[in-house]
Amino acid sequence: MRKRDEVIETLEALGAKLLQEIERGENPWLEVPIRSLSNVRYNPETKMLELGSEKAKRYFFNVAHVRKFVQTVEAAALSKELKEVGKHLSLREAFYRMKRTLPGSNINLVDEQEESNQAIEDLELITNLSREKLHFNANKMGSVAGKVVIEDKGDVVDWSKLGSGGWSIPSNVEEIVFKEVKAKFVLYMEKAAEWERLHEDRVWERLNCVIMCSQGQATRGVRRLLQRLHLEHSLPIYVLTDFDPWGFYIYSVLKFGSIGLAHISEQLAIPGAKFLGLTADDVERYDLKRHFIKFEEVDLRRLEQIAKYEWFKDNKEWQRQFKLMKQMGAKVELAALSSKGITFISEHYLPEKLRRQEFLD
Amino acid sequence: MAAKGEELAEKIREISVAEFFEKNRHLLGYENPTRSLLTVVKEAVENSTDAAEEAGILPEIKVEIQQLAEGRFKVMVEDNGPGIPSSKVPVAFAKFLVGSKFHRLRQSRGIQGIGIHGAVLYSQLTTGKPAKVLSSLGGSDPIHEFDLMIDVTKNEPIVLSHRTLPNPKGWHGVRVELEVEGRYVDKITQSVPEYLRQTAIVNPFATLYFKGPNGTSFTYKRRVEELPRQPKEIKPHPHGVELGLLRRMLSNTSAKTLLGFLTTEFCRVGRTSALEICSLASLNPGQHPQKLSGDEVLRLHKAMQSAKLMGPPTDCLSPLGEQMLLEGLKREFKAEKYVAVTRPPAVYRGNPFQIECGIAYGGELKEPTQILRFANRVPLLYHQGDCALTQAIREVDWRRYGIPQDDFPKAPMVILLHFVSVWVPFTSEGKQALACYPEIMREAKLALQDAGRELSRYISRKERLREKQLRMGLFEKYVPELAESLSKLTGRPKEEIIAHLERRLDEEKG
Repeated sequence: MRKRDEVIETLEALGAKLLQEIERGENPWLEVPIRSLSNVRYNPETKMLELGSEKAKRYFFNVAHVRKFVQTVEAAALSKELKEVGKHLSLREAFYRMKRTLPGSNINLVDEQEESNQAIEDLELITNLSREKLHFNANKMGSVAGKVVIEDKGDVVDWSKLGSGGWSIPSNVEEIVFKEVKAKFVLYMEKAAEWERLHEDRVWERLNCVIMCSQGQATRGVRRLLQRLHLEHSLPIYVLTDFDPWGFYIYSVLKFGSIGLAHISEQLAIPGAKFLGLTADDVERYDLKRHFIKFEEVDLRRLEQIAKYEWFKDNKEWQRQFKLMKQMGAKVELAALSSKGITFISEHYLPEKLRRQEFLD
Repeated sequence: MAAKGEELAEKIREISVAEFFEKNRHLLGYENPTRSLLTVVKEAVENSTDAAEEAGILPEIKVEIQQLAEGRFKVMVEDNGPGIPSSKVPVAFAKFLVGSKFHRLRQSRGIQGIGIHGAVLYSQLTTGKPAKVLSSLGGSDPIHEFDLMIDVTKNEPIVLSHRTLPNPKGWHGVRVELEVEGRYVDKITQSVPEYLRQTAIVNPFATLYFKGPNGTSFTYKRRVEELPRQPKEIKPHPHGVELGLLRRMLSNTSAKTLLGFLTTEFCRVGRTSALEICSLASLNPGQHPQKLSGDEVLRLHKAMQSAKLMGPPTDCLSPLGEQMLLEGLKREFKAEKYVAVTRPPAVYRGNPFQIECGIAYGGELKEPTQILRFANRVPLLYHQGDCALTQAIREVDWRRYGIPQDDFPKAPMVILLHFVSVWVPFTSEGKQALACYPEIMREAKLALQDAGRELSRYISRKERLREKQLRMGLFEKYVPELAESLSKLTGRPKEEIIAHLERRLDEEKG
């Protein structure tokens, strides 16, 4: 109950500030931290991406601002309403809730979901409250299995007793309570297909770990759940991705945070996460050159961008990987390991790499 | 009045080229039935307005066209001018290049002395009917009614009849009636009604009546009760004299020496300049002007062009003036902004000239931009593309004044250019396009630019206002939305928040 009041108080305070300006006949404004690469810094101390101090003032009586200004205030009003009735809206639902036509015109308050998403992200930045706290949910997309028992909304859930689908990770994991954590580490992978392989092979049982996946970039709920297991139960996090620039970046986001969500890096980033995915050395060792997928122009450009990131710039081991990948001019998928045997990844690749402690940091 | 008419008639001299017309009538504006009818009206109207204006009378011109048969019309033009002495009427209307205006330099509508005779001859050629001319000097002078034809081979007038009619009201003026072949149209730019409409724009001191063959009739009442300043006659300036004219002047002069010829027949030539010209041409100043050899005339002509001389006097010109231009535009166009510019006089080839520009913008006007060209208060309806004035409009960078342009400016506006000079450099005898002398182009562009600048101030003011309204409109639409959201956040009534925001909006508007 206390938390809910804090959110409502913040939103009401925002409304009161604007109202006061309006009553004084001033041009009401909102101050929004700038969310772009120019205002994002890597902090070597915390090993996280952090939002800089640059802020932009957004006014109502300004042709260029008025639309976003009203959208943001509407997002605040919607959040307050959700809080009061104790319900959540998905981003898609929030979009439909905000989409309406301004009276006497053909202008819609929002035309595309991108606009309402932006308004909600701006509200997060203005209030310093996460989307989840404001009662907006992203799509849930993620599965988990392993020797962990949790309690969620009064239901006790054992992650090791959920059949072939595992537990589906909700978008908001703040209220989850960990009852029992027997697993010793977490294997996170970028693809659901890999997760299913490992789950079928009951890798979590054999290696006494948690296996978790999202699809593509990890969703906020997945990232937060990983972070909580890492911080609250000191479980090492190992990230399993393909040998390609996009896979490397998925690891980068999990570990250091992302540019778009730099303002909540603290709630999402896991600086202790380690890379257990395919490396150039694995390609040699497991003779995977046969399964090269040739680089396209975009792959090369992405690789070069990543190699220049501040947090990879001085990392010798990573720079070596980037260099080798560039020489190969190709990428390799984890799935290629199945050419060595159906359960090769579960019975050889992972146990061997773990035994040799072959992580990239 | 009688005295004025006599005086004009004294200037009438005789030159011969009657057959020329028969063979080259297309050069004079009689190339097709539509244009021919227009040319007949135009020549008569210009003759009439010139006559009235020169006599200091506010012109009142009546034009009537009756259809007699398919392709056959009777054109009647009547003025309230000074009239022509009865003895001069046959020559004035039925003998070619017998004009009162050919041997002088004075700003007037007709110049070449072909105009009305061409109309008479055209009528004679197409219908075989004589021209009927009524004239009276007013006062006790009766009305003289003539039936005239032209003896083409001899270039002599044939008087078929001459009657005198009582003139109880003391009418003065001239009335011409011509039967011609032609085609009457009234919806296009090159039509009689359009010609009269444009004439009215640059002659706001004239009243024009029109009665057309299909029942159309209209009147342009005068807007200004005062004639423009009378243009003064000047002698030719040596820089602008053509070789042919120089030859004619040499043979017609009464001067006994070259020195005398140069100082009396030209402007801006005093004793010193005359001696300089003679020495440049290696000619004896005491030589008799009529005894110059062909080669000597060539040398004289060349020397006259290169001698350093003061420019011709420019007070001989009579532009409409900005006020009259504005009146003319306002009489015809419902626009939101009117601009008029009269440039100071300038000189091309020894001829003083002046350019005036008027622009009517916006209001009920529509795109594309209409171009109206005038020379000495006469509308130029044909050959728009070949004209120096059109070219000048193209060469101005209209975008600089906030007006879109591709080749021509694109805006709901009318651009009027008026060329005023003692000699109009038409590209042909059809008198429809001005030659592109650099000085004329330059002045026309300067006039357009002056007008463009003034217009752009208006356009940008309007644009700013429009943008502001657009901005305000945008805020107005978002006000209820913001109030709704804020009301949810604060619990304050929506109406109260709207009231506050609208107060601020009003301030922003102010």
